[in-house]
Amino acid sequence: MSNQILTAEEKQSEHKEEENICLKEYLVYERPKTLIDIPMHYCPGCGHGVAHKLIAEVIDELGIQDKTIGVAPVGCAVFAYNYLDIDMVEAAHGRATAVATGIKRMLPDKYVFTYQGDGDLAAIGTGETIHTCNRGENILVIFINNGIYGMTGGQMAPTTLIGMKSTTTPFGRDVSVMGNPLKITELVAQLPGVYYCTRVAVNTPNNVRRAKKAILNGFKYLEHKKGLCFIEIVSNCPSNWKMTPVESNKWLEENMLPFYPLGDLKVPNLSKTE
Amino acid sequence: MKKEITLMKGNEALAEAVIRAGCDGYFGYPITPQSEILEYLAREAYARTGMVVLQAESEVAAINMVYGAACTGKKVMTSSSSPGISLMQEGISYIACAELPCLIVNVVRGGPGLGTIQPSQGDYFQAVKGGGHGDYKLIVLAPSTVQEMADFVPLSFDLAFKYRNPVMILTDGALGQMMEKVELFEPIPRKTEIEPWATVGKPLDREHNIITSLHIEPDKMEEINLHLQEKYKQIEKNEVRYEILNCEDAEIVLVAFGLVARICSKAAELARQKGIKVGVFRPITLFPFPYQQLNNIADKVKNFLVVEMNAGQMLEDVRLAVNGKIPVEFYGRMGGIVPSPEEILQKLEDILVGEKL
Repeated sequence: MSNQILTAEEKQSEHKEEENICLKEYLVYERPKTLIDIPMHYCPGCGHGVAHKLIAEVIDELGIQDKTIGVAPVGCAVFAYNYLDIDMVEAAHGRATAVATGIKRMLPDKYVFTYQGDGDLAAIGTGETIHTCNRGENILVIFINNGIYGMTGGQMAPTTLIGMKSTTTPFGRDVSVMGNPLKITELVAQLPGVYYCTRVAVNTPNNVRRAKKAILNGFKYLEHKKGLCFIEIVSNCPSNWKMTPVESNKWLEENMLPFYPLGDLKVPNLSKTE
Repeated sequence: MKKEITLMKGNEALAEAVIRAGCDGYFGYPITPQSEILEYLAREAYARTGMVVLQAESEVAAINMVYGAACTGKKVMTSSSSPGISLMQEGISYIACAELPCLIVNVVRGGPGLGTIQPSQGDYFQAVKGGGHGDYKLIVLAPSTVQEMADFVPLSFDLAFKYRNPVMILTDGALGQMMEKVELFEPIPRKTEIEPWATVGKPLDREHNIITSLHIEPDKMEEINLHLQEKYKQIEKNEVRYEILNCEDAEIVLVAFGLVARICSKAAELARQKGIKVGVFRPITLFPFPYQQLNNIADKVKNFLVVEMNAGQMLEDVRLAVNGKIPVEFYGRMGGIVPSPEEILQKLEDILVGEKL
């Protein structure tokens, strides 16, 4: 095909494509249509807004708005359904993956995802998380890890770092009292039911792009029906970390990422599976 | 068409009815004395109708799977026994607030705590007075035969969808385990229409559906509460079900639900052989409770004797119904002990002696 001489018609269509690239909708950055145009309740500088936008962009790009059902958590993102223009269900604290299991089992051809924080997924919902992963439910779990309980005002989470201050660890997390931070993503990556498992962050433009790629992969891999896709997004909490947004992103880079390193933990072997 | 008549355990008859009722999904966790429901469905359901049957990792997960599945507008259910139902209470409260239809079967055993695996009616309060947090009601049906274990399943689904409310079949370990003749109903076709409120993926021509029980503004939350209460009033108006046996000339009326109502029928028969005019009143719906019907009967009789396998839970509702018109006596057994007709007869005779004194 590469050596083929283009016909006049083909030349014209190629020319048209070039013209298309210059159209306004390709040049000007726009709000994704799946993201509803209302003010968000998140604190300034919080990563939830970015994560929501990425999900909306991916849903737009895959053209699956009418086939996607989301499960919103208890926690800061409890109102995720107000911003995403898709059918959504609010789940009890920790139970999002069980609720998603129920939805997916009834509607096996739909794209079902949960959006959960560290308290929701790694503390009260650990049982549901482990077992949903282990059953290999064909759902996407998006796990926002900011190392703290945001909505209830900054208490210790399972993911709170050693020495990190919170309202319930006012002198810093002491391992002898509070135990160790839980690397739940490493834990679930071991399970055979997990098909794709990765850790990304939303603190820099480059990381945001990688996060989007991961979410895109997560949704696309659901089509294979080979197991659960799990994406941890390391994020910030400027309000409860008591920092400015810029400081919080720097702190995340210096403290969170060394303990929660970015990158894929498990990727599908596509040459075999496809 | 010739009816299909068979001999079945209560739990199995219920499970068979679930398949025939066109149920789409069952999510549950084993617990005695109701595990046969999950076992029967695991064996029979998928092959026959494509019904999803999933054993969850806990009762907590099971009820939340039911919540998610119910969001899609399909016919879904769970079953458990007392301690398992306690674990489900949070989820049931969410389902009630989100106004989702589903069936919850409670094959009650003796409690509190881990208790015993023998039959009991100790979960009456939990079933009819809420059980979880907040102001909500389940529609509660109490079968008294294996036949009703089966017949109440399609009825429950109808009521659940009519009112978008969880329905509970409140039965007990004895009814779950005993075998009786059952006439099976013809299979009902699977529900195919899509509920307008369901989260099935937003078509481009409608607003996105959100199913939630969170209404953080007090005004909005009160509005939801008032709406729910209005719905419960409609249920109270339209759905009261009960059974009356030989109450026309009765001096004393036995009031009992479920299995105990059958034992009371036998006790009433024994009493009439001795010349004591005894009738039986059986509430079939425990919510809505037949307050008015009991009140009407109280105009004509001298005494009520409430018999339960608990410490006197429905007793409170009977007293509310009677509102002091006549004495309401109580006889109850607990710990998994089933009262005998003779014990009840003795209690009836004691009441009559007490009246003469």
